[in-house]
Order: sequence, then structure tokens, then C-alpha cells
Amino acid sequence: MGMGAAGILLPNLPAFSRPVSPEALLEPGLDVAVKKRLADAAMNAAKSKGASYTDVRIGRYLNQFVITREDKVQNIVNTESYGVGVRVIADGCWGFAAVVDAKSEADTAQAAEKAVAIAKANAKLMKQPVQLAAQKGYGEVSWKAPIKRNAFEVPIKEKVDLLLSVNDAALKNGANYVNSVLFMVNEQKYFASSDGTYADQDIHRIWPIFNVTAIDPKSGKFETRNALSAPMGMGYEYLQANPADKVTGITTRYNKGYDMLEDVTAAAKQARAKHTAKSVEAGKYDLVLDPSHLWLTIHESVGHPLELDRVLGYEANFAGTSFATLDKWQSKNFNYGSKQVNLIADKTQVGSLGAVGYDDEGVATKKWDLVKDGTLVNYQAIRDQVHIIGEKESQGCCYADSWSSVQFQRMANVSLAAGKTPLSVQDMIKDVKKGIYIIGDGSFSIDQQRYNFQFGGQLFYEIKDGQIAGMLKDVAYQSNTQEFWNSCVAVCDENDYRLGGSFFDGKGQPPQSSAVSHGSSTARFNGVNVINTARKI
Amino acid sequence: MSIISKEEAKKILEKALSYSKADEMSVSLGGGRTSNIRYALNSVSSGGESDNMSLLVTAGIGKRMGSATINEFNDKALERTVRRAEEIARLAPENPEYMPMIGPQTYLETPMYSENTAKMDSEFRAQVAFDSVDACEQKNLSAAGFMQDTTGFSAIANSKGLFGYNKATSVDFSVTVRTADATGSGYVTRDFNDISKLKTRSVTGIAMQKALASTNARALEPGKYTVILEPTAMGTLLQSMMSGMDTRLADEGRSFLSKKGGGTRLGEKLIDERVTIYSDPMNLEAPSEPFAGEGRNRTGSFLGGGGAVGDGRPQEKITWFENGVVKNMSYSRFWADKKGVKATPSPTGFIMAGGSQSLADLIKSTDKGILVTRLWYVRMVDPKTLLQTGLTRDGTFYIENGQIKFPIKNFRFNESAVIVLNNVEALGTPMRVGGNLIPPVKARDFTFTSLSDAV
Repeated sequence: MGMGAAGILLPNLPAFSRPVSPEALLEPGLDVAVKKRLADAAMNAAKSKGASYTDVRIGRYLNQFVITREDKVQNIVNTESYGVGVRVIADGCWGFAAVVDAKSEADTAQAAEKAVAIAKANAKLMKQPVQLAAQKGYGEVSWKAPIKRNAFEVPIKEKVDLLLSVNDAALKNGANYVNSVLFMVNEQKYFASSDGTYADQDIHRIWPIFNVTAIDPKSGKFETRNALSAPMGMGYEYLQANPADKVTGITTRYNKGYDMLEDVTAAAKQARAKHTAKSVEAGKYDLVLDPSHLWLTIHESVGHPLELDRVLGYEANFAGTSFATLDKWQSKNFNYGSKQVNLIADKTQVGSLGAVGYDDEGVATKKWDLVKDGTLVNYQAIRDQVHIIGEKESQGCCYADSWSSVQFQRMANVSLAAGKTPLSVQDMIKDVKKGIYIIGDGSFSIDQQRYNFQFGGQLFYEIKDGQIAGMLKDVAYQSNTQEFWNSCVAVCDENDYRLGGSFFDGKGQPPQSSAVSHGSSTARFNGVNVINTARKI
Repeated sequence: MSIISKEEAKKILEKALSYSKADEMSVSLGGGRTSNIRYALNSVSSGGESDNMSLLVTAGIGKRMGSATINEFNDKALERTVRRAEEIARLAPENPEYMPMIGPQTYLETPMYSENTAKMDSEFRAQVAFDSVDACEQKNLSAAGFMQDTTGFSAIANSKGLFGYNKATSVDFSVTVRTADATGSGYVTRDFNDISKLKTRSVTGIAMQKALASTNARALEPGKYTVILEPTAMGTLLQSMMSGMDTRLADEGRSFLSKKGGGTRLGEKLIDERVTIYSDPMNLEAPSEPFAGEGRNRTGSFLGGGGAVGDGRPQEKITWFENGVVKNMSYSRFWADKKGVKATPSPTGFIMAGGSQSLADLIKSTDKGILVTRLWYVRMVDPKTLLQTGLTRDGTFYIENGQIKFPIKNFRFNESAVIVLNNVEALGTPMRVGGNLIPPVKARDFTFTSLSDAV
């Protein structure tokens, strides 16, 4: 499931997070040597109790959320969560235990022993022992997100001033109401395993969003427009407006630098303009989808169905299974999409939400093909699954949202490769006779096997005979995954390539969230079914 | 240390308050044990348990507010936490909507606690999973299920003399059963405060029966159909309506309860006169929290004092829709103060009154219609009209002449809860779903917009 920027949705904080002062977020975590001692104590304890494999995650998770509406700061949330999670294999079965605020070797050893006891108890109900792909130990290594300005070092006042100026600009340009939020996350993760890896990593994410509302008291109706920002694996530098990162056109969109003030100014005017926009006539249209919109369609219709645990049935009770069954992959000729469609999984992409050096089971990250020239060629898997798809080593897709959660298979960044032949958005639109150009993500829904979906958006423009004819509203499109990707007739070149993403993607029981990016250039899909969503109550 | 008594909780809270130097201070203490077991492909896939107790201190200085939490309870730790909350308050920007804390309140003693649930252990949980899996294995079906149970308490106090205490238990169970060839799927979910009411083997039987009956589904044309929405499906559709009863949003003109020309639709008849929806913390079948913001999240796990921060307003029996008329709407304390009205908090659970007909009776009285077990991936399309989209899942059947004729392929729908509740044909006997009581609802002209191949 995905949680897009539709409305301002505040997440549940990770378990055991405690509010702290902003200064506390800048205090250094434990020294690497101390973490290694804690990890070794857990691994030794687990081994002595009979574990055949152990991994230890020592995590310090920092969050800062600044939340405003109009001229008010509603809340500033600073939280810190620190603890240790130990996962083992004993008697062929997984076991996991976690301990909050673990500071001593006795604490981590105790958690390890508990994990072994749970594994042995669960082994009685197990059908087949865990088959873990071999993984070489990397020794003591580290990885740091290449950020330029640590968002946690930026004074709160600077952030509050930015959001309040954004709100002010919205109100001055036609909005009646505006909410804006800055989400900032820093994961300081230490991973150690009995394979001999000790990986220390520092991961940063940022997401500035707003939602403006324009009321029409006469009709009693209201229209909204959300930010066209993307959540990024970057520091505060993302909020530095840079002309080179702007994509101009019918409305300005952004690459790796976001001009929040400029976007909200446009948003307020556009929300107002929606009141007089034409309500769409239902029917078949050629869709031209901007990367700020297409990321969510990729996420739902490619990212999730190609998760191997879903394919196998492990998520059947909640998130669901997948139409992309193993026989389709084995056939080597399943047309996921047209020849133009190349979908790539990548855990190394700079600036993306999913980029790390090593995943949460000590596998160095990589990049691989999922769909090549339209054909399904691979899935996303982790160490205890890869043998099922004939791979010798894991693809590095393991993640836990907290030290207190069990790591499991999560989505890599999954992106649509840019077109190989030069093509601009303007040139793409020029060829469209009856179409709709969609910018920004909106309402989203897809079935539990990822066939049938429906997506809305933020901005809709009618295309008539190669020209943009004006704004539309009440637009949503419905399609089927395979049909949709096979209707892809063109993808713009790499000059238009941008990332979108999900900051809070949910999966699992109990649910865990993860952050993942999806890149693309603008792409065209022919003859897609569009419905009108206006109703009277 | 998952549950402490009312007296012990009061002692800790009063000690913390005694260190306050702020203009006003509120403290809340919450704790509990959350355990779960998860299985898929007829085998246990994970299980876990966590215990937590924490204290949240909120200091009010002028119109500034600051919070801090701690999970140690000695005097030193309490004082340090109080000082930290005060420091954070001083650093915070002024909130022009800050409301002074409320004084002593009388709270209902809600029947949310069951000793049966509190004494559950991991062997019991494994047995639950085994019962469900075993029933499926015997019929060559595949089970994927999840059970989570919580036992917890929460206590609140403030410097104006307010004190409240509540303890509660809960258990949530769900299972999806699929046929071996993956052409049939059935689902069932149950939740209770008392684990002894959960019979996993027989409940799993419902999902098994739906899985077996849903193979070889036929495709019907999308369009408008009479539907019977089982309580699980109706509950999903009602969530956005019942969480959207806020007056401020409506006054601001951005709610389905906004009135053309300004104001709200309070007092207007919005839905069918047979529909009455209320909340009642004392309901024996589906009790709910006695005070607002108990720190209990939607999945039933206790976050402790570090979770949701409430203002301690008492929950009471409130009717939201009476015979189709909008009878009450909820208020933040700030907005109620501005409007000079009582600050009714939003409910934590709701009860939709029904009739005496069983689901079987509703089916029997249907000429042509569709039975819907579950709705999935329901998302708001238009908040003005509460238009939502989503899909049917895990058991969708065609009814003709009062009988289930054949399974049908899943549909995508685009429909508003307001329209469904205007098109009511009949209401069945309410059942507990997700902490609420919901009847099966028969409604005409439900809008299905496309077909899905998903099983």
C-alpha cells in the first residue's frame, strides 16, 4: 500500500519514540566501538544457545516534524528512538527479540537468548527450515547518505519561518486555508551479523508538503491542490531553489531542488481555477503522465506486485498476493508492458529514499532489471527467498522500520527507465489528438493482486489536437496493470527524468512503514478509460 | 509491569505533578503488553511480544506547550522529565489556539477489561494459530492469519485536579483462506475484549466456506446493483464519514457537512430515516474509552503515555445521526469555546442501529443483488461528497430469487457512504467489527465501475 501526499496525513510514530528537545537530536549516538561490543555480546550469546545465524541491529531513529496551518505553528515534534533488535536462526527457524535503550552487553545478550528461545518454540510449528542465501562478511564498513546540509542542524526558526511564509503566500494568492508540514528523518543504523559484517550507516530523508484549499461559498464547494514536491533521500539542500532543477511548462515542476514558495503560489491560483474548470467527459483518452504523478502508478502496479513475498503468499491476509506469479516469470515471455517499458530496481540511486550501502541483513546494495523491453525478468527478494528464483545471492531488499521491528522484504526504488531516443514533453503532447495531461498524485486504489487500479491527480489539462486546451476536473483513470503498461507508446528522454516517492509505505502485520523512490520521465499511455468523479449528496 | 492499579498510577502521577513549576501541567501514564502471532501458507511466519510503560508530561506556560516522556519512575527521573517538558514549552512558539486545561471530571467505568485476555500466553496463541491452520489443512486449503492481543491501562491527571484511570484488553483476529489452486479466497475477522469469545476454528470455517464457494467466479457487467454489504464491508465504508464529524472543518466549508452558503448541515436530514448512528462507551458488546485521547491507537496497541495526547474530556453516549438527521457534530475545545457551545469530543467507536433480520434473511428477501464480504483499498476520491473508491474482495456472490446463485469476479466501486445510506433497503442485526457495531446493510443502486481479475 502506499501513502501519497493526498491530504496531510500524519503517521504513527515508531514504537517507543520519545519526544526530546531539538538539541538532543544533534547529540552523537553511541560510538562505533561500543556498538560492536554490544553486537558481539548478542552474537556470542545466541551462538552459545544454539543459533546457527545471528544478526544484530542497533538503531537510533530521529524524527522532526514541523506542522503548521495558516499563521499558526500547530506542533513541532522531535522524537528519538533507540534500541537493539536481535534476529536468529535456531533449529532452522527465525526468532526475534528487541530491547529498548540497551546500553550494556548483558542487555543485548539477554535479547539474543530470548530470540533463540522464541525460534526454538516456533520451530515446532514450522513446515520447512529457513534456507538462507550465503553472504560474505564485509568486515567493518560504513555508508553515509551524501547530504550537503543536515536538516537537523537547521534552526527550528528557519523551518517555521519558511512554512509560515509558504502559508502566507497561499493565502495572498487565493487560498482560504493552507496546511504545511516538514518531515525530516535520520536513521543511524548499525548492523552486525555472524557472517562477519559490521556496517555503520547514516541515512537522511526529507519531505516538505502543503495542501491548499479554495472555497466557493456560493456553490458550497471546495477545491484543493497539494505540493508537487517529492520526498527525497537528501538533506535540507532539497529546499534550496535552484533554477537548474526547475522544469517549466504549464506549471513548474522540480527535480533535486524544490522551490516551495513558488509552488504554493501556483497551487493557490490553481485551486481557485479548479472551480471554473470543465468537468471531464468520461471516455477513452491518451494520457500524458508527469513523473510527479507516474511514480505512484509505478509504485502500486509494478513495485508491489513484484515483491517476491507477495508472489509466494506471505502477505495474503493483508496486503494481498500478486498477479505476477512465478509461472509468468518462468515463461520468459510475459509481456508486462510494451517494448518501451523498462523497469529497474535500484537500491543505490543517489538522492533516492531507498539508497543505502547495505540492507538490513548485511547485503551490499545493487541495481537490477525487473521488466526488460516489456518482458518480466525478475522480482525483489531477500536472503531466505532468493533460492526460489534461482539466484545465488540476495538482491538486498531487506528492511525494518525500527530496531523493534523484524526486518522483512521491502520494495527497492523501482523506476521506469527514460526513453532512449530524444523526446521532449512538448513533442510528446504535439502528437496527442484527444488526451489528458496529469500532474501530481491524488487518490489511489488497487486490488489485492494488483490488476485493477484507479488513480486521480492534482492537475488535469485537456489535450486537443496536440494543444493544451484548458484545465479539467473530476478526473480519475481506471485500468488493468498489464493492459496499462502495454498501452505505453512513448517515454520522454533522460532530460525529463525525475524522482517521486512514498515517505510512508505500509506493509506487514503489524504494519511497518518504509520510504521508497520511483523515477521516470513523462510517459504516454494510449486509450485509457477515464471516469468522472463528480457526485451530488 | 504491564498493568498497575489505579492507586499506584495515581501515586506516580501526583508525584510528577508535585514537581511542576509551569502555569499548568498534565500527566498521563500508559502501559501494556502487545503480543501477536502471524501465519501464512499454513505455517507460523512470525510472533512477538512487547511490554512498555511510559509517562508523558505536558507543561503549559502562557500559550506555549511542551512535552516529554520517560519510562523510569523514580523521583529523580520524574523531576527531570517535568523540567524537560518545561524547557521545551519555553522554546515552543506561542499557540494562539491554546486552551487552558480542564478541571476534575466524572468518567464512566467502561467494561473494557477481561481477565481471560490478560492471562493469555504464547502457548495459547500458538494454539489459536494451530486451530485455524489445522482446519484448513484438512480441506487442502491455505490459511494466512494474524492475531494481536493487548492488555493495558491508561491514567491521566493534571494540576487542576483531574484524574482518570481505565484498563482494557482487546483481541483482533483475521484470516484469509485460499484454495490450493488460488481460484477461491475467503476472509473473516473478529475482535473482542474477551478472548474467550473468539473461537478460531469455527470462525475460520466461515472463511473456508467462502473460499470454496468462490472458485470459478463469473464476470458480471459493471453498473448499479442492489448490494448486501456485510458488517466488515459497511464498517470500512463508514469510517471516513464517522471520522469526518468535525464542526470546524464544516464551518470552514471543507466537509461533506458544510452547508451551501455557509454553516453546517446540523439538524438536516442527510440520510434514510431508518439510519441512527451513536456512540456509547458503556455498550457491553463494543465498549469504548471513557476519556478522549487515551493513548490507544487504531490497532489496539497501547502506546503508553507517549502516544496520542488527549485533553481528558469525558466520553458519553452521543447520537450522531438520528432517523437520518445530523443530530450532533464534534468540536475541538478551541472551536467550541469560540462558538460558545459544549465541546463534544469525536467518538472512539460507533454503533449503527440495525434491525432484527439476519444476513440470511436479507439474502432471502433479495430478488437480484450482490453479497459483499469485504472492501479493500478504500480511498477518498472527493471529500466534498465522501465519494470513495475501492474493491470487493475475498467472497463476492450473485443473489437471485433469495438465493446465492454463483460467485462473481471482484468489482471496483465508486460510491459515497452518504448515498449508500440514502439508498437503504433493509438493515440486519449489528455485529462487532473493529470495535464498532455495524449491521449488514442492503442498499440499492450501488455503483460498480469496473471488473477486477483479482482473487
